[in-house]
Amino acid sequence: MKTPLPPIERVPDCCRGGLVSSILPLLLFGLLCLAWPRVVQGNIFAVQWAWVPSLDLDLAFRLDGLGLLFGLIITMTGFFVSLYASSYMAGHQQLGRFFFYLHGFMLAMLGIVLSDNLFLLFIFWEATTILSFLLIGFDHHKTAARESARQALLITGGGGLFLLMGILLLKIAGESMTISHWAASGDMIRDHALYPAVFICILMGAMTKSAQVPFHFWLPNAMTAPTPISAFLHAATMVKAGIYLLMRFHPLLGGTSLWMATLVIIGGTTALWGAIQALGPCDLKRILAYTTLMALGVLTLFLGGRTVLSLTAAATFLMVHALYKAALFLAVGSIDHQTGTRNLDHLGGLVKSMPLTALAVAAATMSMAGFPLFFGFIGKEIMYEGALAEDMFPVFATVATLFANSLMTAVAAIIFITPFMGFGRQKMDPVKEAPWTMRLGPAVMGLLGIVFGIMPEWVSAHLIQPAVFSFQPDREEIRLVFFHGINLPLVLSILTLTLGSVIYRYRTFLRHRMNTAIDRLWITTPGLYQSGLDNFLRNAGIFTNTIQNGSLHFYLFIIILTLVMAVGWVWLPHVPGILIFPVISGPLIAIGLFAFILASTGVVVFAKKRLSAIGGLGGVGAGVALTFMIFGAPDIALTQLLVETLTLIFISLVLLRLPPMDAVKKRSRSRTIRDACLSLVAGLLLTTLMMGILQVPLDRNLTAFFEANSYIAAHGRNIVNVILVDFRSLDTLGEICVVVLAAWASVTLIRRTKEG
Amino acid sequence: MEFLLALVVGLMFGSALFLMLSGILVRFVFGFALMGNAVNLLIFAAGRLTHVNPPLIDPDQTIPAASVANALPQALILTAIVIGFAMTIFLLVLLYRAYDQARTLDADLNSFLVEIPKTTGQHVSEKKEPA
Repeated sequence: MKTPLPPIERVPDCCRGGLVSSILPLLLFGLLCLAWPRVVQGNIFAVQWAWVPSLDLDLAFRLDGLGLLFGLIITMTGFFVSLYASSYMAGHQQLGRFFFYLHGFMLAMLGIVLSDNLFLLFIFWEATTILSFLLIGFDHHKTAARESARQALLITGGGGLFLLMGILLLKIAGESMTISHWAASGDMIRDHALYPAVFICILMGAMTKSAQVPFHFWLPNAMTAPTPISAFLHAATMVKAGIYLLMRFHPLLGGTSLWMATLVIIGGTTALWGAIQALGPCDLKRILAYTTLMALGVLTLFLGGRTVLSLTAAATFLMVHALYKAALFLAVGSIDHQTGTRNLDHLGGLVKSMPLTALAVAAATMSMAGFPLFFGFIGKEIMYEGALAEDMFPVFATVATLFANSLMTAVAAIIFITPFMGFGRQKMDPVKEAPWTMRLGPAVMGLLGIVFGIMPEWVSAHLIQPAVFSFQPDREEIRLVFFHGINLPLVLSILTLTLGSVIYRYRTFLRHRMNTAIDRLWITTPGLYQSGLDNFLRNAGIFTNTIQNGSLHFYLFIIILTLVMAVGWVWLPHVPGILIFPVISGPLIAIGLFAFILASTGVVVFAKKRLSAIGGLGGVGAGVALTFMIFGAPDIALTQLLVETLTLIFISLVLLRLPPMDAVKKRSRSRTIRDACLSLVAGLLLTTLMMGILQVPLDRNLTAFFEANSYIAAHGRNIVNVILVDFRSLDTLGEICVVVLAAWASVTLIRRTKEG
Repeated sequence: MEFLLALVVGLMFGSALFLMLSGILVRFVFGFALMGNAVNLLIFAAGRLTHVNPPLIDPDQTIPAASVANALPQALILTAIVIGFAMTIFLLVLLYRAYDQARTLDADLNSFLVEIPKTTGQHVSEKKEPA
């Protein structure tokens, strides 16, 4: 795999804009550090502004131990990633956009972990989904990037809809939308009839975001994003949003057997599946993505428990993983950036040319494998303690953790030994060490893995305990210690390392077997997703082509039919009441005129030749004009006559240049009958509507006003004229504009017509 | 009287729709013109037909006599007639232009149909990825 970057020599080592913009995460990290001591003492920072009170939507933010833990991880990783990206992305044309998305994402992520209002949390949740879409598809000229971005958007976006549904169900069940009010009301909701529905909706949100089986496949595919993004979003922060959600909802929804069984099974399956698949690919980034799946699975597994031990295990492993995984991603990106490849088969012996990166990777992988003295060791011990303390399926949990950890150890060995110590099959060009901006992050995070491993008690008191206390009401004291004595977890730890080395020894064999086994699976969720998407698009195409078939007749028919049905639906019940035919009275000449109009209309409709149709049209116009005349409207009668004459002249002018009407193929009989029936129904419906209008008493208020003021106020004796040029003169101006526009458009159109 | 006019208007309106549905563009314009007349009559009838004197004020009066026709719908119709005229002319020019382009007056023929490309799961076109 080649990066889209131009050759390294021509590119500046880093861009200043990126350096400057990494001040923002550093600043936020500093702010959180200022608040840190007080949060450890149990203080809580909260601010609240009303936004849409009628919807229970407040701008409520709250910093407690859990928010702090996540906030520190987000801002710290954010800082290193920005710094890193300023070199990694240097020379890219859209750097501004990149940093805008990146920091926008970071703020949205902080928003999630600091929101105290569920709707607010949801807004930030959706923001991370959209920004993740933009970031995965950042190299949008690549098909793979576009497709991965779409996949991630559809899956996490769909999960977001479930989350919204869950939130609304919670509201219906009478739960407060303020997260910090939940502590007392868990029992109410757990006994509520809506509990299973709420649980499933919230779980779907968390599962899609945190890539749990069977929604896991978007995460490995998202690796098409530039490496800083993979490190930030898909290792350290966004995929943890689902975990955060489960932690926040733990006091409210957790502890039931439904919760425990589901989470343990899903988490365990994800962990095993991710860890097994991590053996498969040769692409370093993809390997890391599968190990992330494993980590997310393990986190979910521990959140299934309700003992302090398993929740502590979750919080601890969250930190362990964030530290080593971000470091590894960034280091792999450095390898890619410096050598142009991240394919295991082509890499080797990098320890000489990239010693500092090698050191950071060594520290991170040791932590990942869980060697003593490293933070990962502490994490693994507490994981085994937590797994053994699960309420549901402790044996499954322990075995899943054991196998996942062993595979992790093997993968850690692969990641470090092959590229740095091994011999690449291809002769590699001389490689330079990565610039300092790209080394700092992995180095500091690798180092933290050692520091935390040596002083676990400080970590548990200052980070883990405040975090667990914010969603675990029992307040049992939590202590991570360096050495527990010889007990079952230690035995399991040793077993893990042994198993891990065995797997590493047989990795080629296992990779081969595993890849063939996966190929044989006849039904997979990525396959289902793809076929579902294809079918959806195909059917959408068929649907569009059916209703938008391009036929004017079809559109018009549907429009009229809809109108008739919609109006008829409302109007028909009233029709019997207005169908009273009064005695026809009035001047006989009027009746004659109406007959004349109808006859002329008939001529227009049935004319075979256009000349007769024009004659009929003229008859209608004249008849209408005469009707106006005998009912006291000489002004409009005059206008009508004038306009009708002009219209006929224009029609004749245009028709002279067109072929005769009967040159067109005759319409089929059935179509004519269908059209005639619909038209007749529409016409008669209009008749009944008009009769309805005529039975409403006439409101003469406006007319009376015009009659009274026409002469006195406007000095005109012709009331119609006065209305047109005085009272409603703006309407007339509008009318003139219409005429001018129509003339203008007509002239333009005629000019563009080909002559001859 | 108005009820009779309602029937006339309904039939005119129906005929206009029928002409427009025919798919022959010339007949469409005829239908359009006919519909304009029908609607004007509708507005006229809505203001009632009972009076026969035009809405004028006699030279020695400041208000009209008791029984004059309703002036308001007349003013509305005047505007409507002019706008209808402008639209009909524009439609005629469109018709002329459409014939010039499509060389037929039959709206059902393919030269008037816009094919919507068949959509499948695949991308229609792909930019070449830079190496």
